[in-house]
Formats: sequence, C-alpha cells, structure tokens
Amino acid sequence: MKELKILAIVVFFTLVTYWLVEPFAHSQMHKHVESEGFTYKDLPALTKKGDAARGQELVMGAGACVGCHSIEAAGMPAAMDPVTNSASYGVNPPDLSNVGALYDAKFLAALIKNPAHALKVEHKFTPESGKMHPMPGFYGAGGDIDQEVADMVAYLQSIAPKVDEITPAQAFETACGRCHAVRYEKWTQIGEKPSFKKKRDELVFETKLEDYKANLTNYMGKLPPDLSMYIRSRGEHYLSTFMENPQNLLPGTAMPRVGVNAEGAEKVIEYLEDAGDPKRAERDSVGVKVMIYLLVFAAAAYLWKKEIWKDLH
Amino acid sequence: MAHFTKATSVHDWLDQRLAIDTLRRVLAKEYWIPKNINFLWAMGMVLAFTFGILLVSGIFLLMYYQPNVNLAFDSVNYTIMREVEFGWLWRHVHAVAASVVFLIIYIHMLTGIYYGSYKKGREMIWISGMLLFVAFSAEAFSGYMLPWGQMSYWAGMVITNLFSLGSLEFNGLVEWIRGDYVPGQAFLDRFFMLHVLLIPLAILALIGLHFGALRIPHVNNQDGEEIDFEEEAAKYKAGRKRESKVIAFANDFLSKDMFVVSIFLLFFFYLVFWHYGFAMDPINFDPADGLKTPPHIYPEWYFLWSYEILRPFPKDPGLIAFGFAQVIFFLLPFLDKSPNAVPASRRGIFFWWFWALVIDMIVLTAMGKLPPQGIYSTIGLVAAVAFIGLWIALPFITKMEKKV
Ligand code: HEC
Ligand code: HEC
Ligand code: HEM
Repeated sequence: MKELKILAIVVFFTLVTYWLVEPFAHSQMHKHVESEGFTYKDLPALTKKGDAARGQELVMGAGACVGCHSIEAAGMPAAMDPVTNSASYGVNPPDLSNVGALYDAKFLAALIKNPAHALKVEHKFTPESGKMHPMPGFYGAGGDIDQEVADMVAYLQSIAPKVDEITPAQAFETACGRCHAVRYEKWTQIGEKPSFKKKRDELVFETKLEDYKANLTNYMGKLPPDLSMYIRSRGEHYLSTFMENPQNLLPGTAMPRVGVNAEGAEKVIEYLEDAGDPKRAERDSVGVKVMIYLLVFAAAAYLWKKEIWKDLH
Repeated sequence: MAHFTKATSVHDWLDQRLAIDTLRRVLAKEYWIPKNINFLWAMGMVLAFTFGILLVSGIFLLMYYQPNVNLAFDSVNYTIMREVEFGWLWRHVHAVAASVVFLIIYIHMLTGIYYGSYKKGREMIWISGMLLFVAFSAEAFSGYMLPWGQMSYWAGMVITNLFSLGSLEFNGLVEWIRGDYVPGQAFLDRFFMLHVLLIPLAILALIGLHFGALRIPHVNNQDGEEIDFEEEAAKYKAGRKRESKVIAFANDFLSKDMFVVSIFLLFFFYLVFWHYGFAMDPINFDPADGLKTPPHIYPEWYFLWSYEILRPFPKDPGLIAFGFAQVIFFLLPFLDKSPNAVPASRRGIFFWWFWALVIDMIVLTAMGKLPPQGIYSTIGLVAAVAFIGLWIALPFITKMEKKV
C-alpha cells in the first residue's frame, strides 16, 4: 500500500512536469489555428451549373489555359519544358489533369477570375509594385462570365480521375511540386530525379534544376524549402492548416494558398508522411509485439519475485 | 606459484583461475541489502539498465552515422530512419532513453535527498552520483549536436557562448572550444568524439566508483534505521531469513529489481512507439542553418531548471547564479548540518524544505521553456531567487533540527 502511495506521488509530479513543458508550453509558444475543413468561406459560392462541353471549348480557346498549362488527360502536352516556363512565369504552371478532383470548385472559379486574390498573394502584386501575377485573370468570352467560369470548372472536373485513383505523389506534384523539392522521395521541382548512368547527363539535369531554382527564387523572393522532414518538424496539424491558408501562420508569406479540397490535402499529407515518417505502420505493429512480450516478461518477473520473497516475509 | 589441480568440471576449472565462487559470494550472495526498502531503491538498477540500453542502441546508430556537417542530418533522418532495417527503432530507443534516463536520475536523486542517504558515511555515494549527473549531462548535450539539426546548431551556439563568461569576454576560450568562430565541422567532430568515446568511458568509470562507494556504508533504508549488518547477516545465513533485517543482493533484491525494471520497460517502450515527441524536438528535424535563428531556442527538458536560473538575471549575475546551481548539489552533504539520516517526514522543517525544492524546480523547468515575457519572466525570477534562498537557508534549518 505504502509503495502504491509513493508511486502515485512520483507519477503525479512527473505528469505535472510533462504537462507544463509539453502541451502547455507549446500552446503558449505557437499560435494555434483551427482548420475550417478546406471550405474556403471567403470565396463566393458557385451559382451556375457548368456545362463541361462548353467548358472544354473555353479552356482550349478563349480561356487560353493550354497556352501555359499542359493537360495530359486531354492529350495536351506541355508547350515548353519546365525551365523555359520558369524563365517566362517564374514557376512551371502545373498540369491541369487532376485539378478538378484535388481542388475546391469554388477556389478554381475564383482562381480563374482573379488568381492573386484566390491565392492570397495580392500583397505581392500591388499596383505600386508594378508586378502582375503570371497567370492572367479571365475577363469573359462575351457571355455571362460566371457561367463561363462554371463551365470551365465543370470541364476540369469531368476530365479528372476520381480522387482515390490519384496517388499521393501525383497530388503533391500538382499542388506543391512546382515549388518544393522532397529529396527523400527524389522529387525535384522539375520532376523526379532519375538515376543517371553518365556523369554528363547528371550534370545537365543538375544545371537545368539550378536554372529553375534561380528563376523560382527570383519569383518567390526565396527558395521554397525542401519538405522531406516537415511531417516531423511541423506535424500534421500545422501542415494541413498552413496549406489551407499560409497567411494565418506566416503573415505576408509568398507561398500561395493552394486551394486543395479536404481529400486533396489528405493525399498531400500522406505523401509527406511517406517521405518523413515511412515506418509509421511498422512502428505500430512492432510496438504491439514488444508490449505483449514485455507483459509476459513482467508476469514472469512478478512470479519469480513472489517465489523468492515467500521465505523472506 | 599457485597450486592448480586437474579440473573436475568447467566450473572448477574457471574457479581455480578466476575465483568465480568467491566473486559470486562477495558481489551477490553475501552482499547485504536492508529488507526495509521500497521500489525507489530499484531506481539505481533501472538507471544501470537504461545506460545499457543507451550503450547498445548507440552502437547500432554508430554503424551508419556520419559525423560530417553535410551528411550528418541525412545519415540520421534518411539512412537510419528510412533505409536501415529497424534503424528507426534504434534511433527512437536511443532518443527516448536519453530523455527518460534523466527522469529516473531526478527520482533517484530526490529519493536520496528525502531519505537523507547522502550523509553518515554515504558522502562519496552522493558525490560520485553527482559526478555521474554531470557526465550524463555532457553526454546528452554532445549527443544532441550529432543530428546537426536547427536545435543542435543553435543550442550548441548558445551553450558554448556561456564560456565567454559574460563581461570577461573570453571569446578566445569559446573559439577554442568550438574549434572555429561558429559551430562547424571541427565542432561536430569533437562533440562526436566526446559523445561516443570519452564521456562514455568516464561514465563507466564513475559507475564503478558509485558502486564501490556503496559497498562499505551499504544502502540506506526507508526508516533510516541503523542496521548491524554482520549480526543480521548471521541470522540470514543461519536460515532465519524471515527474522533477519537484511536480504542478499542476488537473488532476493535482484528479483524485486527485475520486477520494477519490467514495469519500467513497459512504460519506456510505450513511449518509444507511441509517445516519443517529447524526446525528439520537432525543430531538430529542420537541418542546421546558421543564417536562420529559430524563434524559440530552449534546451531539452532536463536542463530547463538550470537554464531558467541563468535567464531572468542580467548577464553577469545570471552566470554566477547558473554556476551556483551547477555546484550546489555537490555540497549537499556538507550543507546539511543535522545528524539525522532519516526520512524527511521525521525531520520537521526539512520536510517542507524538500517539497519546496521539488516544486520550485518544477516551476523553474516550466518557465525555462516558456518565452521569457510578461508574467512568465517574473515567475521565473522569483523561482530562481527562491532556489538560491532555499540553499542558503539549508544550513540554518538543519542546524536547528532536533536529533531524532
Ligand atoms: C499566362 C500563363 C497562364 C495562363 C493563360 C493560365 N495559367 Fe494557370 N497558372 C499559371 C502559372 C504561372 C501558375 C502558377 C502560379 C503560382 O504558383 O504562383 C498557374 C497556376 C494555376 C493553377 C494552380 C493553382 C494552385 O493553387 O495551385 C491552376 C488550377 C490553374 N493555373 C488553372 C488555370 C486555368 C483553368 C486557366 C485557364 C482559364 C489558366 N490556369 C490559365 C499560368 C497560366
Ligand atoms: C508557388 C510556390 C509554392 C507552392 C505551389 C507551394 N509552396 Fe509551400 N512555400 C513556398 C514558399 C515561397 C515558402 C517559404 C515561405 C516563407 O518562408 O515565407 C513555402 C513554405 C512552405 C512551408 C514551410 C512553412 C514554415 O512554417 O516555414 C510548408 C510546410 C509548405 N510551404 C508546404 C506546402 C505544401 C504542402 C504545398 C502544396 C499543397 C505548397 N507548400 C505549395 C512556395 C510554394
Ligand atoms: C546515472 C547513473 C547512476 C547509476 C547507474 C546509479 C546506480 C545506483 C545504484 C545501483 C544504487 C544502489 C541501489 C539504489 O539505492 O538505487 C545507487 C544508490 C545511490 N545513488 Fe546512484 N546511480 C546513478 C546516479 C546517481 C546520481 C546522479 C545521484 C545523486 C547525486 C546518485 C546518488 C545515489 C545515492 C545517494 C545512493 C544511495 C541510496 C541509499 O543509500 O539509499 N546516483 N545508485
């Protein structure tokens, strides 16, 4: 009984100390932002029902999207390679095949009309700065602009595969891959780094990558960080709320609000977990086995102690 | 020359050459421990066990770790955590053990203080214990440098800066310790050497000294009762085990220790698999960057209380207070003027002194992590002053204590 009382005191002081230096201290040091479930409440709801066939015409025609973006799913390859694109736009415009599934529809509509606003980077493209966002806003093709935008969104949704058919790597490539490298997954901003047989080919690739990074740094003001270990350095909650609105956590940052929907965000997180914490499933399964072993060990130790102490008490 | 006969068994062969029977008798069978102790007396064994875990897991990590500023981060976070089979397990075990060992050290120290186990012949146990504390602190700090993350770099910067000794501006000393103006390759290399060779050697030697120091005074017991070990041992050997006040180290004491160790291991491996965050600071998963100071720089939790004694004061007084905190525990056996080596509950004011110290150190620990602003820096200052005050008061309180 006395031993249990002592144990209770030890456990109590240990837990108090733990609570103070971990949950409490971190709550005081870091701003806590609640997720809004990727609903983008600040953006207007879609009022019109889109028509994918008319959307296709706009995307390929008056909308001019394919002038800059590839749409592999519709057989539209990229007109220029990533490095040339980055020289013109600062960054390589992403392929639009999957955006209909990964991005929020409201966000896509707002993006088409006014990219800097939807991306929450208007502070970088003020009239005084004299800079324009590299993706121009769409001013309408003669008809009702809201209808035309809804049509384009409907088209993008119609060509996209179902969300569960998109791999985490594809989701990351579409939403983040043009800016962030993930070296633990061999991902670079200009694509996955192949393994080279010839030193020369490798150097050519490296040179292209350096050029791309220089253009990107120029566009963003700094090189976006490699995200390999961010799942451990920032944690899931931070990553997910940061994606939802970077301005909440880093006011004034150059990183755009990307506009993924909840499923898209989950895929991106899964990719980052595969990069920085790939052994999480193994950790659980090994953990359970070790605990079972230790329970047996503790029981044996207890019986041994009882056996020995029966002569002593 | 000694006389050797033809061995009758392997045991006999070894006994003639190594005297294993005598060793076993002296170190185990007839090494007497009081019967009247609780599980807190198993903490020493838990510490020895945890040190073993650190040693073994460290050896595994050492096979893949690269002490190079360009490779260190990836050798840990990529090679060990992703590529090497069970590398993640060894790393988590090592990191969690390094943190938990301090929890147990603090429990072990406070047990010693509560039961007065640092006086009446036990001074050397205490002093060798404090040397172990210092060696473990150095071991933990040097190990923290190795992944070469943001916290490695910046904690390394801040702590080595302390050696400029404030207004004395011994910048040459700081550079000599770092081997450079700022932490770099030379810095990483020497902390690597300290972490994997010199300090572990010192710890092994100190554990030897600590165990040796226990031999003559024997361990204390939970009533502070003075035991005539020879008389009680004679009763035990005569088969009157129930009546005797002592037990043998092996297997009597050992069987109880192993049960406590088994419960500890359940707790420890739960942390390793499901709750390791407290032992592996998130910021250290960002690679070291000398151009980007993290918004909050703080040491691991077990250094926070002494860090907070440094922080709330101006530079020079802060360093003096910090120096005071580092040495004062060594002097405990000499600052306690009372002849009583009994539990604090029977020592009057000392009982309150003990709990005030525990609470004050917990408050310091919490404030050491919190940003030094507003109410937190005031609380920190009060707690730091209280810490110093408690130690100054100790000789007076204990002098007045009545003999029990
Ligand atoms: C002049 C070139 C250009 C045109 C035309 C253009 N875009 Fe873009 N688009 C870009 C660039 C550049 C980016 C990347 C901007 C950034 O990341 O800062 C981009 C980004 C995007 C994104 C990703 C946004 C995000 O949050 O990740 C989508 C979706 C998109 N564009 C859709 C479209 C659609 C639909 C059209 C046609 C209506 C279109 N774009 C027309 C250049 C263009
Ligand atoms: C148009 C380029 C661009 C895109 C696309 C982009 N980022 Fe970023 N990101 C940046 C830049 C620039 C920074 C550096 C921000 C800063 O330090 O102010 C950054 C920083 C970050 C950070 C670090 C934040 C911190 O606390 O330091 C995270 C995490 C991050 N991005 C995640 C993502 C994820 C996840 C995606 C995809 C869903 C993404 N980013 C897409 C440009 C981008
Ligand atoms: C970190 C490595 C350490 C190891 C492996 C270790 C090991 C042990 C062991 C096995 C015992 C005997 C059993 C027990 O009473 O628990 C013991 C006793 C003791 N240790 Fe330690 N110890 C360590 C650190 C310390 C520290 C940091 C202190 C405090 C300064 C300390 C002070 C004592 C004292 C005072 C005793 C005697 C307890 C008594 O007589 O009741 N030890 N130690």
